[in-house]
Amino acid sequence: MTPKRKQRLLLVLLLIAGIGLAVTLAILALQENMNLFYSTTQVSNGEAPENRLFRLGGMVVDGSVNRTEGDITVRFELTDTAQHVPVMFSGILPDLFREGQGIVAQGMLNEDGVFVASEVLAKHDENYMPPEITESIERAKNTNTAQ
Amino acid sequence: MTIKQTFHKLGSPRSFDRLASILIPWFLSISVLLFATGLYGGLVYAPADYQQGDSFRIIYVHVPAAWMSMFCYVLLAASGAVTLIWRMKLADVVARAIAPLGASFTFIALFTGSIWGKPMWGTYWVWDARLTSELILLFLYFGFMALQAAIDDRKNAAKAGALLALVGVINLPIIHFSVEWWNTLHQGATVTKFDSPSIATSMLIPLLIMFAAFKTYFFAIMLIRARAELLWSERKAKWVCEHPEVRQ
Repeated sequence: MTPKRKQRLLLVLLLIAGIGLAVTLAILALQENMNLFYSTTQVSNGEAPENRLFRLGGMVVDGSVNRTEGDITVRFELTDTAQHVPVMFSGILPDLFREGQGIVAQGMLNEDGVFVASEVLAKHDENYMPPEITESIERAKNTNTAQ
Repeated sequence: MTIKQTFHKLGSPRSFDRLASILIPWFLSISVLLFATGLYGGLVYAPADYQQGDSFRIIYVHVPAAWMSMFCYVLLAASGAVTLIWRMKLADVVARAIAPLGASFTFIALFTGSIWGKPMWGTYWVWDARLTSELILLFLYFGFMALQAAIDDRKNAAKAGALLALVGVINLPIIHFSVEWWNTLHQGATVTKFDSPSIATSMLIPLLIMFAAFKTYFFAIMLIRARAELLWSERKAKWVCEHPEVRQ
């Protein structure tokens, strides 16, 4: 390689390294906003925003789904196995909605700590369980054993 | 012949043209065979999913297209690096041939994902990290094409495009790892983690065949495009005027 080409190669590598660094820093600074939803533990700990729409993710607790008769309102609980959050939703649920399924709901917390959802999305996962909920479960287990 | 000599020979427009004209029919016919087998396998042979039913079959277009969208970008950026460092004309020709193909694969991945998302997730679109970064990839391709088209001088256009392609490389690890780093609606990797098979073999085999089909299709079309571009830009050269396939 001629010295000139070596120099250009170095410049190209520097460019990629520089941009990589800049983007990494930007993403780290925005880490909170990169997540699509809050976990139920985060909501129980009061980390979720108040009086503002946000997304809540978790698994539908077995046996918690309650349908009101003559109405499309559904009540159920979401969990990451550590903390439960009650959810209320009036609308059409996606096909994949079922007990034990990972879902992501958008809405707001009311005064009673019930999450009033305006939209419910099913999170499809080949193992029935979203990876971050598995992580959350592991974290919850770790804190339990530590106590 | 040393590696260096091979490199130089491949870089010459005339030998590239000859090599491409031999390879194109092979890639095309293998691609047609693979598409026929893969589509039969995906639409008929593979069983319906236990949860999603037949809707999951969109995977046979969606996943190969998404993989190709990233593979094309790797090639685009590599051509960009060659353009900047070695000032090789052929690299720019190849980059120009790749960009619209990469953009098409990205669009197919976004579109098929969207029409699958409505019945399965309950929405066509959500601004999660995976979907957003894939959309940025589409805009990177558009940006590359627009930049190349906006600059009249070919050498400057090549350099500007190469720079943009290299800057965009940072998006590739973000797309790939977005589902691991952050909470997303998009599910995690199924095929690229072999430790615990999360897809049945009868479903996986057609997927891999479709992937090979997409790849051979890409190489066939890319070579056809690059060859046409090269012949046009070299249209005044003697070897093009004497080319058996060129009518004056």
